[in-house]
Amino acid sequence: MSEERVAALRNRWFTTSIGITAAITLVGFVVGFLWLPLSHPSDRFRGAWDAICSAAGLLNKPSSSEQIVTANYPTTRVEVIPHMLDSADAVSIGRGATLALRCTMCHGARGLSQANSPNLAGQYPIVIYKQLMDFKTGARGSAVMAPLVADLTASDMRDLAAYYAYLPRITDSGTGRSMPRIVASGAPLRGIAPCGACHGEVGAKAGAAWLEGQPVAYLHTQLEAFASNARHNDIDEQMRNVARAMTPQEIDAASRYYAEHP
Amino acid sequence: MWNSKRLILAHFWFAFAGFGIALLLGEWQMFIRSPLAAWISDPDLYYRSVTAHGTTMAYVLPTLVAMGFGYFVTEQALKRPMIGLHWAWLGWGLAVLGTISAIVPVALGRASVLYTFYPPMVGNAFYYIGIVLVVLGSWIWVALMAVNLYRWKRDNPGAPVPFPMFATVAGAYLWGWTAVGAALELLFQIMPVALGWRDTIDAGLARVFFSWTLHAIVYFWLMPTYIAYYTIVPRAIGGRLFSDTMGRIAFALFLVAAMPIGIHHAFEDPQVGAGFKYLHSVFTGVVAIPTLLTVFTICASVEIAGRLRGGRGVLGWLKALPWLNPAMLGTALSFVMLGFGGAGGLINMSYQLDATIHNTQWVTGHFHLIFAGAIVIMYFVIAYDIWPHLTGRALGCFGLMRAQLWLWGIGMIVLTFPWHWVGILGMPRRMAFYDYTNPALASLAMPVIMSVIGGAILVVSGALLFLVLLRGQFAPRSEPEAYRFSVAVRPPHRVPAALNGMGLWVGLMIALTIVNYGFPIAHAIATPGTAVPAVMVGERP
Ligand code: HEC
Ligand code: HEC
Ligand SMILES: [Cu+2]
Repeated sequence: MSEERVAALRNRWFTTSIGITAAITLVGFVVGFLWLPLSHPSDRFRGAWDAICSAAGLLNKPSSSEQIVTANYPTTRVEVIPHMLDSADAVSIGRGATLALRCTMCHGARGLSQANSPNLAGQYPIVIYKQLMDFKTGARGSAVMAPLVADLTASDMRDLAAYYAYLPRITDSGTGRSMPRIVASGAPLRGIAPCGACHGEVGAKAGAAWLEGQPVAYLHTQLEAFASNARHNDIDEQMRNVARAMTPQEIDAASRYYAEHP
Repeated sequence: MWNSKRLILAHFWFAFAGFGIALLLGEWQMFIRSPLAAWISDPDLYYRSVTAHGTTMAYVLPTLVAMGFGYFVTEQALKRPMIGLHWAWLGWGLAVLGTISAIVPVALGRASVLYTFYPPMVGNAFYYIGIVLVVLGSWIWVALMAVNLYRWKRDNPGAPVPFPMFATVAGAYLWGWTAVGAALELLFQIMPVALGWRDTIDAGLARVFFSWTLHAIVYFWLMPTYIAYYTIVPRAIGGRLFSDTMGRIAFALFLVAAMPIGIHHAFEDPQVGAGFKYLHSVFTGVVAIPTLLTVFTICASVEIAGRLRGGRGVLGWLKALPWLNPAMLGTALSFVMLGFGGAGGLINMSYQLDATIHNTQWVTGHFHLIFAGAIVIMYFVIAYDIWPHLTGRALGCFGLMRAQLWLWGIGMIVLTFPWHWVGILGMPRRMAFYDYTNPALASLAMPVIMSVIGGAILVVSGALLFLVLLRGQFAPRSEPEAYRFSVAVRPPHRVPAALNGMGLWVGLMIALTIVNYGFPIAHAIATPGTAVPAVMVGERP
């Protein structure tokens, strides 16, 4: 007993199943790519082909009447990619150390500041590099830092980043303060993720700074600057969206926690 | 015959061991984010747990059950020794190795990306390597199912392929093809980043690849359950399968229509055109046909059993059913959950309605009701049914089995109904922490506590499962009678060639995949500037 052939026009199973499948597909295409888009009142298509392209997901050029929103201030030009500065060598660190001589008066001899300038020792290299670049392009405004970076090249900045990343961080002073709610859990109802999810205790996201041990005044100022849009160099408003939703008490608690934590 | 008993037991035991651990993790997750517990303050622990729970429950448990049950069907339905026993052990070994390789980085907090991967998040490479190994192991199973069917047909030209084998091979082919989507995503998008060869990832394209897998994987999970409905239940309750042909058509249609519809998981994704979303909705509707065919056929088969047992009248046959039989009880509970879950699914698959429950706890409730409920309860029934034939020892404690199944059904409903409800209230999913002291969330507290109770009932049910199986392992030896699958009212003597092989249906499945996915994928690949920097998870410099 040999089997009949399936793939043959004489086989009714073959023709019927393919016919029905093709019919459903065809009707689906007509409805989904023509009828529905064309009967949608808010979409103005220039004819059937336009509707089909749109339904297929092709990008339409925005019409001239549509306004494209751009920031009216300089935004960062740095593309942050994880591991982008991982491969620093000793030469780079050495060059960074030399360049850093002019930074010591404010940021300390070993990257630990006595004044209220931020500590740089042990900071992630991406952060140092990005902030220097942002000072230079004006994305982050600072009357103090801007003239100091004006003559630095990108490769200088990479060397400085390598050097500061290589310096040891401030060590733990042993104050076991418990984490405030905003740091440990964020505020989900206001769309704030836990600070630690980006800044290091729970997970580290490329571009977010190591905050522990920074001067409390510095942290406080930065958070308020993000909240008021005075500082606006964060990509996709990552930090501004956080800071804007924070209460003054939370800004206080977070700044104090990070300043006293190490 | 019977050279694969140990192989099948190894599959089931590994599946259930993973299940037991993941079950505890699930309940822990429910508990620590409920108002009953103080917040643990470390969301990462929570996401580790969710990743381990999802990976084990979604990849390990159903894959190993499908493989083990598939080997069982091969020998019992074809009535001859399985070909390729060594390969089958290799597949099992790969699945075990892969599970370990995946779970270790998760436990270490290096891969808290959840089982659906969520690019642009990228975790440790060993997590993904582990998943690939599990899939490779299961592809060996797919190949073995194909080879065994092919050889049998060659030796029995023109004879109807036994229906259990037909259905099993349909499930195998469905899995073989649907796993390709996630495999493409892993190999070409995620692994190059995880291995440090690339820094950016096209998250939109990766999501489309994953959707290729994500719908039909549910039908792969469903396959052992549906096979049990058709081939175990009617026999176990003393009835007959209403129609062999109807069963074949249902499985053929699953093969064709379950696959090219996954974009309904990407309704809110901007990178996919609305036309394709519509097309996928249409075929999602088509999948209802084999599901309804199944519901009809199984209800008819059960009615036959009721009438054979002396039931009379319009509803009298219901009373005559053997309600104390675990297979009967499990099927009834499974159908109840399938009914509610299916109704909820209609909402998910509707473009506009979906927007109201997208990414809320509704979705978690939905897939637990369908998968953990309707599907997994039949995994228990399968185990109870075939265990004596694997161990050569009777499973005597029917009371315990019934208690286990009842608790699973009740627990799942107590768990998932409140979940649906809080979803409608807008409670988002995949969050570690909810502040119930906030007035806006206060109304969620009670339903969430109910869900925790539902989870606790499930843990008790899980413990009973192990009790039943372990007692079975130590019961006195007894030679069970030969295993039988359900017999149809009219056993087939000749089957149309189209329903005696997979060629036509696999062809349609692949063709529809190309039609429904070809353009969205090609378009995503061809569009420049869509790659974004990957977000490395679990790195602590
Ligand atoms: C005159 C004092 C002064 C000198 C010299 C100075 N800095 Fe600064 N630096 C500051 C102050 C003040 C800030 C904080 C700016 C703000 O408030 O926005 C700052 C900020 C920075 C930051 C950003 C830190 C962060 O965490 O965001 C970097 C990086 C930095 N300086 C690097 C350097 C380097 C490299 C040099 C040497 C080339 C240098 N600075 C020299 C005062 C100084
Ligand atoms: C989504 C990730 C994310 C979260 C959550 C987050 N931050 Fe940030 N934060 C960033 C990034 C990215 C930057 C760097 C912005 C830039 O490019 O200048 C930053 C910068 C900062 C800075 C300035 C550091 C410096 O030296 O320049 C402070 C202070 C800060 N964050 C505090 C917080 C606090 C406090 C919280 C919790 C309430 C928080 N952040 C939550 C991502 C995050
Ligand atoms: Cu789906």
